[in-house]
Amino acid sequence: MSSELSAPSRPARVVFYNDPKIRSIAYQLFLCAVVAFLVYGAASNAIENLTRAHIASGFGFWNQTAGFDISQTLIEYSARASTYGRAFWVGLLNTLLVAGIGIIFATIFGFVIGISRLSRNWLLSKVAGCYVETIRNLPLLLQLLFWYNAVLKALPDIRESIVIGGVAFLNNRGLFLPQPIFKDGFGAVEIAILGGLGGAIAFYAWARKRQERTGQQAPVLRVALFLTIGLPLVVLALAGFPIGFDFPQSGRFNVTGGVEVLPEFAALLFGLSIYTAAFIAEVVRAGILAVSRGQTEAAYSLGLQPRPTLRLIVVPQAMRVIIPPLTSQYLNLTKNSTLAVAIGYPDLVQVFTGTVLNQTGQAVEVVAITMLVYLTISLGTSFLMNIYNSRMALRER
Amino acid sequence: MTMAEGDLAVAQLAFVRRATIAPQPPPATMTGAIGWLRANLLSTPFNITLTLIIALLLAWVIPELLRFLILDAVWTGVDRNACLESVQHREIGACWPFVREWLPYFIYGSYPIPLRWRVDVFFIMLAIGIVWLLWLNAPRRDIGTVFFFVVLPIASFILLSGWAAIGLQPVDTVLWGGALVTIVVASVGIVFSLPLGILLALGRRSRMPAVRTLSVMFIEFVRGVPLVTVLFMASVMLPLFVPEQYSPDKLLRALIGIAIFASAYMAEVVRAGLQAIPKGQYEGAMAVGLGYWQMMRLIILPQALRITIPNIVNTYIGLFKDTTLVFIVGIFDLLRTIEVARIDPKWATPVTSTTGYVVAAIFYLIFCYAMSRYARAMEARLARGDRR
Repeated sequence: MSSELSAPSRPARVVFYNDPKIRSIAYQLFLCAVVAFLVYGAASNAIENLTRAHIASGFGFWNQTAGFDISQTLIEYSARASTYGRAFWVGLLNTLLVAGIGIIFATIFGFVIGISRLSRNWLLSKVAGCYVETIRNLPLLLQLLFWYNAVLKALPDIRESIVIGGVAFLNNRGLFLPQPIFKDGFGAVEIAILGGLGGAIAFYAWARKRQERTGQQAPVLRVALFLTIGLPLVVLALAGFPIGFDFPQSGRFNVTGGVEVLPEFAALLFGLSIYTAAFIAEVVRAGILAVSRGQTEAAYSLGLQPRPTLRLIVVPQAMRVIIPPLTSQYLNLTKNSTLAVAIGYPDLVQVFTGTVLNQTGQAVEVVAITMLVYLTISLGTSFLMNIYNSRMALRER
Repeated sequence: MTMAEGDLAVAQLAFVRRATIAPQPPPATMTGAIGWLRANLLSTPFNITLTLIIALLLAWVIPELLRFLILDAVWTGVDRNACLESVQHREIGACWPFVREWLPYFIYGSYPIPLRWRVDVFFIMLAIGIVWLLWLNAPRRDIGTVFFFVVLPIASFILLSGWAAIGLQPVDTVLWGGALVTIVVASVGIVFSLPLGILLALGRRSRMPAVRTLSVMFIEFVRGVPLVTVLFMASVMLPLFVPEQYSPDKLLRALIGIAIFASAYMAEVVRAGLQAIPKGQYEGAMAVGLGYWQMMRLIILPQALRITIPNIVNTYIGLFKDTTLVFIVGIFDLLRTIEVARIDPKWATPVTSTTGYVVAAIFYLIFCYAMSRYARAMEARLARGDRR
């Protein structure tokens, strides 16, 4: 057997159209050409269609007077004086408001349900399981319509308002709550709140550093609770309660004074929180189950009690698994808040992509701005998530 | 036996049992129903409290539900008067005669009544296609796949929208409605999202920078915005982008929006499956001289899709629920027909809305629950294959 190695031969010659490199470049050029052609076609058609329909283009409408009312405004807004740009900010703030409060409720509720599903109590885990299965298998829009039309709109009308504790009224126009009015001297309380928050964060940082150095623990939770809640209360008492309430007054046709919580807002908040909570519950359950049983057993064999085991061993490891999908649930909740348009809550889509688009007819600009807002939120969050993930990832050797 | 000391010790004792006692049954409080109750419901004071609270809650909710759906429900009647509170009927439950009258509308929308057999044929064909595709022991599943992804879409399109040349009277899509539209939208999403999603996922993992960049941009863009805005884009921007004479009709626009949205999500699901295939499979395929498409078609995709079936079905569940959003761009899907029916003055009562929503809830629950059971069964089946 001759096993002489021949000198390395030159690569076999291939016809140019079979060369993978040339082929790949040709494919890509072709694809780019197709995309460019589609974009060009779409743009030229759009320009032609818009000129034929006499629709202005550009962002000039941003500073025009809006001329329509919005039922819930967090910043000053009036139909006559405010611009479309202002309406955009009102809508965006409403979206962020409902998303923010919804995220808090959904998180609390979702963690409770998720942990309940793992409970040793048979009844509790079955009820939690039923909740998750039912809610996850029903469309969110159906749930929103149910809360809005079948529950909140079915409340008694204004003359038969349900009075809660003599100070709040609930009827089919919304929930009317007393509005706190801050008198002189409340500034001290505000300073106390800020100082308490800052103090709590500083104490947490100090306690953590000390624990890493010496292993000694500090009662972080108790101190933080005192600083954030106790301190402002003490200052409030010392300043002689500089706070008053504007109580709602029930009239024949209207409720005056107080803060009004719109039924649209309440329905959207209920629907989003309850729906997202079911998904968060599954995330939490999966996260806790992902911590292997050996971790708990090892902690027990080191002599840790069940409670410290949960706090020091299980939860930190479960959080590593829970947080990425939890963030995507938060994003889903924010994106789902666009369903507000179906029940008439004035969120970004309802105000901007709905009313402003209808009034100006500038579909391209309006839809592009709306999409840009949600894209910014989504991509910003996933950017932060990537940083978090790279910091939390298990350092494997 | 040879331990003398041991024998001595035994001899000095007054009594030693020489035979083992027959094992006694565990105490009655630890076994059977009582034992189960103690272990699962009443183990600690905290658990006892929880159990009591939940039992009270259930004792309140379940009878309420039964009363609303069955006991206090109205079963006969011709208009709203049957479902109003009266002296004989203090508590009023669901108003079922309302559903009976509106049911054809919930199923077919405004589809012309003499032509509704075509919708029925469509439903039957779809059911056959689904069973053929999902039932793993069905005969000739390859033909089933072709039937579902090629024959069915074309045949249903001809059947539902009509074709004058073969004697089927055309029906404008404006008349379609109810469960028909919901199922059409969901099916279009399901049929189009898988192939498009596979292409996008392959594009995202491609080594050609232009292909990869375009796929990533498309996927991230669509996944970053809410479905409502995609639908708005499809319904208000799409007509601007095409010459006026080719402007697609309303339903088609919504279908395009749904297909775009679903395929971006499907791409990520498929990508996860592709990433789970070990590198050796790619290298093995290349070593035996397969080209890219042969490698994908014969080696990689069959394995990748098999392990992603549960996730694909879960995406379909999400898609099925998301079809309700076409409501917002003015398509008469099931939910929209219920919204129309519930404000009908002939049946306007305090319970009409809830009754309508119960019907929709049952419809969606049945479909989504069936799909999730299937996904779970598939997961179990795949897990069985991997068990050693």
